[in-house]
Amino acid sequence: MQLIPPLLTRPLGVVPLVVIERICRLMFKRIGTAHPGLFERLGEHKAKRYAFLPTDVPLAFVVEPASETIFVSRKTAELAADAVTEAPLFMLLALMEGRCDADALFFSRDLSVTGDMEAMLAMRNALDASTIDLSKDLARLAGPFAPLAGRVIGEIRNRALGGEATAWN
Amino acid sequence: MELICPAGTPAAFHEAVDAGADAVYCGFRDETNARNFPGLNFSREELKQAIAYARKKGCETFVALNTFMRAGAEDIWYRGAADAIACGADALILADFGLMAHVAEKYPEQRLHVSVQASASNPDAINFLVDTFNAKRVVLPRTLTIADIARIGKSIRCEMEVFVFGGLCVMAEGRCSLSSYATGKSPNMNGVCSPASHVRYRKDGRDLVSELGAFTINRFPEGEAAGYPTLCKGRFDIADSSGYAFEDPVSLDVMGELEALKAAGVSALKIEGRQRGKAYVAEVVKVMKAAVNSPPEQRGALLSRLRSMSEGQKTTSGAYEKRWR
Amino acid sequence: MPERTRPGLTLGPVYYLWDAAKWRDFHFRIADEAPVERVLIGETVCSKRQHFIEPHLAEVVERLEAAGKEVVFSTLSLVTLARESKQIREMAAESDHMLEGNDLSALAVLKDKPHTISPLINVYNAPTARLLASRGAKTICLPPELPFASVQEIAENCPDIDFEVFAFGRMPLAISARCAHARSKGRIKDNCLFVCGEEPDGLPVKTLDRQSFLTLNGVQTVSHACQSLLGELDDLVAAGIRSFRLSPQDCNMVEVARLYRAVLDGVMGADEAIAGLQKIYPAAPLSNGFHHAREGAAWVARARNLQAS
Repeated sequence: MQLIPPLLTRPLGVVPLVVIERICRLMFKRIGTAHPGLFERLGEHKAKRYAFLPTDVPLAFVVEPASETIFVSRKTAELAADAVTEAPLFMLLALMEGRCDADALFFSRDLSVTGDMEAMLAMRNALDASTIDLSKDLARLAGPFAPLAGRVIGEIRNRALGGEATAWN
Repeated sequence: MELICPAGTPAAFHEAVDAGADAVYCGFRDETNARNFPGLNFSREELKQAIAYARKKGCETFVALNTFMRAGAEDIWYRGAADAIACGADALILADFGLMAHVAEKYPEQRLHVSVQASASNPDAINFLVDTFNAKRVVLPRTLTIADIARIGKSIRCEMEVFVFGGLCVMAEGRCSLSSYATGKSPNMNGVCSPASHVRYRKDGRDLVSELGAFTINRFPEGEAAGYPTLCKGRFDIADSSGYAFEDPVSLDVMGELEALKAAGVSALKIEGRQRGKAYVAEVVKVMKAAVNSPPEQRGALLSRLRSMSEGQKTTSGAYEKRWR
Repeated sequence: MPERTRPGLTLGPVYYLWDAAKWRDFHFRIADEAPVERVLIGETVCSKRQHFIEPHLAEVVERLEAAGKEVVFSTLSLVTLARESKQIREMAAESDHMLEGNDLSALAVLKDKPHTISPLINVYNAPTARLLASRGAKTICLPPELPFASVQEIAENCPDIDFEVFAFGRMPLAISARCAHARSKGRIKDNCLFVCGEEPDGLPVKTLDRQSFLTLNGVQTVSHACQSLLGELDDLVAAGIRSFRLSPQDCNMVEVARLYRAVLDGVMGADEAIAGLQKIYPAAPLSNGFHHAREGAAWVARARNLQAS
């Protein structure tokens, strides 16, 4: 099933990678400011690298909690990460906000995990323990990329979560 | 009947309280409880705040200290008990006799519940714990039928709490070393079963293969619902055939038997899942609360929506039904 | 320090369903030939099996006692039915033999009677051991899962209790209300026709990659690997362990007992005994991982080169 409409993914294909990365880092920083204790629960796993691969977008996102950085690259065979989670983009975002249960997505095979399971479980729990709310957290996003970031996130969320998003908010 | 709900994080705790839990159970972020998973559980400060929040909303908090004390390190558990009591825990859920004796002696006023991990499966065992440690409630093992529960209820001197929804232990709880046989880490000693540190998922062609330590636990063809890589729900070869030797990847659901459980004298219904996300806790508690408050004929429709959240996307009534054996 | 006595050997209860005559003859031979001081008898795994050995109990007890062995009656390890509870209560009331508790219910009814505690009761620390001793437990066989550090700590803190360690046999790992053994043959517990009797040494469970892993014994699951602490006996004796449990497998248990006796008496080296044990019981690899705080399936070699099995 094509969950993200081509209309939305097409721009990502043509937008230069550095720009996407800048946007992501901006968002990442904003979330970090809004949730200062976010990675505290990772404990010994804070030093590891976590890759998130949206199955419907040709990009790879690698999070490095220790340096509070996110890296964006085109999907290639080689990925320097300790643990990898793959799922449709909207699910990855919903997981970040704790709006769906990772175990249930794993049982239904919508989500797959490889690599260091303990680290990924710690990350899952850290995210779930936080109260990230992308629309709220990113509302105060500023700078030249803010409108584009806001549009992309808003679009993905609304389309993907559909009616349920309204119920949740 | 009370609804006892799981929380692995303060966020899940709030969801459970808001969704109508009568009590929430949780544990400290260490080896003192049987969901000692990375990134999960409560600091002392988080527990204190959670209990205060629950109390404001008329909800109780039970603190699980339900692993077995490591010889020579008993102080970790003793401190856990002292801190949970200082934080205002309404009950401690315990499994280790040494810890029960300690709590009964030092804090005689503290309400003590017997964890399912203590494996008290008959009236003599339960009354032993009541008489020796003044236990007020026992969480019954998932090895009993409803008829067994009704019979036990008639001859014990404490309340009964039973698991009604969520993960299903196939083996008698607190008496299983399958996990440590493969990984060195066990529920009794380390608070983990089939721990993530020893789990590997491997793609083999189109199959998803799960491994625990050195052993292959399962192989899921594309499109087939998956389960946790727990040993007792793995697929194995026996003689010439392959299959689920102990149990399918499935979870427990006996909400269809609420009336029978009530008649059997059960005081509290327990939902498993401290390791699950807050979205799961919110949804399951909300639906279960509605089901408990609904007439029996309306429960089925309410509960059917929870199936998609279950392991293997299937549920069973487990040992509560005699034919399961 | 308590007086150091000669460490003893205990033969555990036969966990498997053996043909009645085989069970009787096995114990006769143990009585006549095996260097063990104490023998546990009685069905421990499944109450449905109990009637098989009953006709031979009296003669087996008599033969063992005539040979100077102490006989202890084992009790059921998973008690859920009223008749199972009743049976333990009656045994406690009527038996003139010591009983061994395998379930909490036994602890209740054996209070203030001398008794022993099986490795299936959770004793993970000294406070628990002391509590059980205060209620009449004389000997406590510690759970196979315990690492040596815990064994040492417990023994050191309870010098007045006799501790035993599970030193030979496939390790009891789990017990269930459900009978996986019957299920594997298309039956359920209630109509099992005692199919577990077809495998006197258990039914192998292999992984999908054909690795030997576990063994079914009715409602009980035991390890595929066979615990062997021959190389660890010295350390355990030094830690104050007073006896070692040999859990019957379908092999020459008299020879197994002789090997352990020889190592305890210092007349045979551990390496020679381990090689001998592998010949006596070739059905399973040896393991000692739990003792070394590793996975139970592992074999930690005595040499400096540690290696997993």
